[in-house]
Amino acid sequence: MGDSILEIRHLSKAFGKHVVLRDIDFSVSKGDVTCIIGASGSGKSTLLRCINFLEEPTSGEIIYHGLNMMESRMNEAAYRAKVGMVFQSFNLFNNMTVLKNCMVGQEIVLKKDKETARKNAMYYLEKVGMAPYINAKPRQLSGGQKQRVAIARALAMEPEVLLFDEPTSALDPQMVGEVLSVMRKLANEGLTMMIVTHEMAFARDVSNHVVYMAGGVIVEEGDPQQVFGNPKSEQTKEFLGRFVNG
Amino acid sequence: MPETFFGKILMLLEEYGTSFVRGAGVTMLIALVGTFIGCIIGFAVGIVQTIPVSKKDNIVKRIVLKVVNFILAAYVEIFRGTPMMAQAMFIYFGSAAVFNINMSMWFAAFFIVSINTGAYMAETVRGGILSIDPGQTEGAKAIGMNHVQTMVHVIMPQALRNIMPQIGNNLIINIKDTCVLSIIGTVELFYTTKGVAGAKYLYFEAFAIAMVIYFILTFTCSRILRFWESKLDGPDNYDLATTDTLAHTSGMYSYSKTDSKEDE
Repeated sequence: MGDSILEIRHLSKAFGKHVVLRDIDFSVSKGDVTCIIGASGSGKSTLLRCINFLEEPTSGEIIYHGLNMMESRMNEAAYRAKVGMVFQSFNLFNNMTVLKNCMVGQEIVLKKDKETARKNAMYYLEKVGMAPYINAKPRQLSGGQKQRVAIARALAMEPEVLLFDEPTSALDPQMVGEVLSVMRKLANEGLTMMIVTHEMAFARDVSNHVVYMAGGVIVEEGDPQQVFGNPKSEQTKEFLGRFVNG
Repeated sequence: MPETFFGKILMLLEEYGTSFVRGAGVTMLIALVGTFIGCIIGFAVGIVQTIPVSKKDNIVKRIVLKVVNFILAAYVEIFRGTPMMAQAMFIYFGSAAVFNINMSMWFAAFFIVSINTGAYMAETVRGGILSIDPGQTEGAKAIGMNHVQTMVHVIMPQALRNIMPQIGNNLIINIKDTCVLSIIGTVELFYTTKGVAGAKYLYFEAFAIAMVIYFILTFTCSRILRFWESKLDGPDNYDLATTDTLAHTSGMYSYSKTDSKEDE
């Protein structure tokens, strides 16, 4: 794991007395597509939010290129610019057009000039098939379109890792397809991704690393053939059994 | 002296028309400037009051924030909780008597209206910020924006839209409430009217004119603000950017062209 970007060690998170994450360990290397699966309430989303410090982890280490982010007071914002996030509820900026949504971070956080930011934004909007909609406001778009713009917005920051928090859970089946195909394309291009998802077929096909979580701990992890095809743990078997032929 | 009501009004307008206009101008000037500065104060207070404090922050930052927030809360409560007329007397005469500061009447007028509006706006802005979906803040944080950047670029523009009706309310209240400044000798519409009425002993007629002027001012402002609100919402439709030269795209689907385009 020489080129590991993120290493999570003994990460725990409790809301008051309620422990949501217990002793989570794993690492992400360049080009990894890690899918985190598990039932609702198993702590998947919290884990992702902890990695991005949208939730403050209670204890443990998050090591980014050898630097423990929990201790180091390196600018949290600068770290977030490198570790992007795509949300279940899109969270596009409602006061900006599609194009502006993808430019604002580059201009304000990365201090790029307007023309560079625009070109870059257009490049990624085209990649997700949303280039024709640059003048639209988020409220004028469908869910799938919004999510594709949100992906372009995150990509425009050119992050090292992109976290996806159930990107298709708020979408109807038809729109799920368009978002997943964009993500599939990104995976093929070598983007490092961590994806919390309920789309088992997608997880199996796209990822090279699958993490199954239950009750705030990692029950099983490994490559998708192993986890989906030949799960070691009874718990994993039972969970996957609910998805007919996974 | 004319006999009829309208005759008297005409006479007052002929004789004191310019005074009324000047008085109305002063009223509007103080109300507009006061509301504008008040809004800026309100937004600044709103931004500071919503700075997140986490346990990791160092102790100095936490203490400073606590103190600043206490002062701001005290400011809001004191200015909302006392009459503007009393504040006008207290600040204008008090500053001269106790601190030996000689405020000009103009400065005092703008200052009092601004700081009052600011106290109300602070709460309005706070409400406006709370009304914005937390997802907006998370979205901004996730691309690396800090608190001030998030506020200025994402939250405030949306909060501003949501609190526009309340800003309109404040402006209208200010147009009417500038009349309390007559107590420190600001020659605005009320003061002018009182002078005119006293000179001619025509209270009913003079104040009838003042009432109409006040109403025209407030009604016009409320309509303009409504119009501005609808402008802020932007158009309901949008154009597909099919001829965007930078995008080189002619629609959503471009299977055959996707690769060749980048080589061009």
